[in-house]
Amino acid sequence: MKLAITGGTPQFETQLERRFGRCAYFIIVDTETRAWESFTNPAADARGGAGTQAAQFLANQGVEAVVSGDFGPNAFTALDAASIQMYSAQEGQAETLVDDFLAERLERVTGSTGPAHHGGGRSQGGRRR
Amino acid sequence: MILTVASGKGGTGKTTVATSLALAITDISPVLLDCDVEAPNAHIFLQPQFDQRREIGLPIPEVDAVRCTGCGRCAEVCQYHAIVVMGGKVLVFPELCHGCGSCTLQCPEGAIEEVPNVLGVLEAGPAKDGIYFAQGVLNVGEPMAVPVIRELKRWRPFPEGRTIIRDAPPGNSCPVVETIQGADFVLLVTEPTPFGLHDLRLAIQLTRELGIPAGVLVNRDGVGDDGVEEFCRKEGIPILMRIPLDQRIGKAVARGEALVEAFPEYLPQFRELYTQIQSLIDSRQDAALPQAMGTRPSNDAKAGWS
Ligand code: SF4
Ligand code: SF4
Repeated sequence: MKLAITGGTPQFETQLERRFGRCAYFIIVDTETRAWESFTNPAADARGGAGTQAAQFLANQGVEAVVSGDFGPNAFTALDAASIQMYSAQEGQAETLVDDFLAERLERVTGSTGPAHHGGGRSQGGRRR
Repeated sequence: MILTVASGKGGTGKTTVATSLALAITDISPVLLDCDVEAPNAHIFLQPQFDQRREIGLPIPEVDAVRCTGCGRCAEVCQYHAIVVMGGKVLVFPELCHGCGSCTLQCPEGAIEEVPNVLGVLEAGPAKDGIYFAQGVLNVGEPMAVPVIRELKRWRPFPEGRTIIRDAPPGNSCPVVETIQGADFVLLVTEPTPFGLHDLRLAIQLTRELGIPAGVLVNRDGVGDDGVEEFCRKEGIPILMRIPLDQRIGKAVARGEALVEAFPEYLPQFRELYTQIQSLIDSRQDAALPQAMGTRPSNDAKAGWS
């Protein structure tokens, strides 16, 4: 499966960046082959809506799970709608966090953990394909 | 004349000054606009009887699930990321939406309709001593203060031509900029402390960027140092009034009494403050007049039409 980890630098050894929407890079790892790729977070400098923009980016990349520190309410709502599983960690290198994820050592996030920026979203279901 | 009373931070006595100034010039029936839409409190001192009310909303997208194909175009064009498309499902975040209409325009299926999202209300009515009062009240948890302030500024439930005093929100962010824009003068209420000076610097920078003349009222004079004084002298910013540190003032305000009502001896000073501001605006307009005249059609041209 495709796992995203929020990082401060674009390497597999990067330390975890705890702010989901504002992280500098996403390290996206194929958990079976451990092949990884890094992407600049397009929302890193967004004036508003960083959480939703970052979530949209990950959904477009086909990511199925993400490890970060805190998820704001909008990010949570958007990721949840995309059925992307969220996991929270305090710190660690992307590389070791993959192992933690596979060993199920990470905490699953089931509600917004970040500071409340602007409340939740309003679902307006479209046609599922 | 439109005057904005602002301060870099909360608790400097901005509302005390704005309401007392209004009460000092009741002979010209001023209008007070409470633009601190997140926490309006000037009404406590002026006791308006609200008889006008308007809801303020932004048009936000609503998606027709039958027509929507989940193409993702709306999410691509939204520069505020207020709409996302996840697995073919569209999600709207009303708190992020600026009501710009791009998504509606760009949806290839015509699946988006705009519906009003109510942000807050405007209320207005006559208040104490012939003062006219209007305020905006933002819905709880609603982050979009600017559209409500903008509508409050435009609203005219009172006759044109009256002097308007705008009580600004605290800080230096977008809602404050909106409250200052279009004013003829900004009165900055500050405390003579290093914190006060820090906020005053930012506020002065803002008024300069907006090209609006400003003056300072020093509140709780005597609490701190002379940093504010020095800054104003160096920068050529007039200090128009000083209110000394006086525990009795704070107590009266806490009881909901306006400063000039609890202490009528301040009335002449506030009247003088108003006169000074008036003449500062006039002298500036006089200076700008020759230029402005040049852009108008000349009398000769007008005569030619008749
Ligand atoms: S642009 Fe229109 S059709 Fe495409 S996802 Fe958005 S609402 Fe649906
Ligand atoms: S109206 Fe504008 S801000 Fe609101 S969702 Fe549509 S594109 Fe985004």
